[in-house]
Amino acid sequence: MINHLAIILGFQLLGEVIARSFGLVIPGPVLGMVIMLGFFMALPRVAAAMRSTAQGLLSHLSLLFVPAGVGVVGHVAALGTDGWAILAALVGSSVVAITVGAVTFVGLARLTGSNDD
Amino acid sequence: MMTEFQEIWTYLNREPLLWLTATLIAYAIGDGLYRAAGRRPYVNPVLIAVLLLALALGLTKTPYATYFEGAQFVHFMLGPATVALAAPLYQNLALVKKSAIPMIGSLIAASSAAIASALGIAWALGVRGEALISLAPKSVTAPVAMGISESLGGSPTLTAVMVIVTGIIGAVIATPLLNLLGITDWRARGFATGVAAHGIGTARALQVNETAGAFAGVGMGLNAILTAVLAPLIVLLFL
Repeated sequence: MINHLAIILGFQLLGEVIARSFGLVIPGPVLGMVIMLGFFMALPRVAAAMRSTAQGLLSHLSLLFVPAGVGVVGHVAALGTDGWAILAALVGSSVVAITVGAVTFVGLARLTGSNDD
Repeated sequence: MMTEFQEIWTYLNREPLLWLTATLIAYAIGDGLYRAAGRRPYVNPVLIAVLLLALALGLTKTPYATYFEGAQFVHFMLGPATVALAAPLYQNLALVKKSAIPMIGSLIAASSAAIASALGIAWALGVRGEALISLAPKSVTAPVAMGISESLGGSPTLTAVMVIVTGIIGAVIATPLLNLLGITDWRARGFATGVAAHGIGTARALQVNETAGAFAGVGMGLNAILTAVLAPLIVLLFL
């Protein structure tokens, strides 16, 4: 457990260092995820051993967004008179983006014969 | 009695323990209500926890900085959790490799649609200037979105608000919307949710299905990169 956490934090640190030293737009943790994926591909045994720790961290991923969400409440007033228009734009564009993304995916999967099993 | 209470309150407010505990309890209440409601997506545990905590901070006149001293331990775990997304991704690697073409096409279409439709709707409703520009990267994970917003002349704070709200909207609407569209492919369901609603959408996808969660994680990561390229171009159309 501790070893696994140390490995995960180590890849995050590595990701942060690379992202910052090259001034990349990709956040350090996302880069850390990509590097750890490469590590898993090289060492499948470690990947299997770390699966439960990773699942534990991810099982309540939603919880981790709560502090940022609370911070946002204090700034909702900053939207000012545009609040409702912006909310409409966020709802509308979420419907559009999810629809376009899923329909395009399914369409292209059918065209290229890439099924989901 | 009153002074005793004040002493305890002063002590508790100095310590991170109080607001860390409150954050976990508020989430436990949100999660409990979500389960009690038969895991219906509109009973969103994040939204419930955020509203309960905002109410508690308001009633006790506690500044956010004091709250965050406790909550930072939860917030910090976002980084390691993002790295841990490598595990479901590895588990679904063969499927991810096989789905390269649908993913690339879906990414480009959904990313541009997210930016253009957000700007288009807001513009039609009379939003202009800084608030409009701040909307462009709203589908992307917060640290990247705030960076993009700043470079475009938007407000990173406004963008952070829009990003979190977008994530909650995505987590709430994804399941009913995708059911309505008749989409049963977990790859497509997860990927579209990750592209449209970043980490909060990914968290929701992971709750539903591991394959959907893995594809949501990939969608979130790829869209962070693509939006940095597309947002400046699409914003130009609205200036």
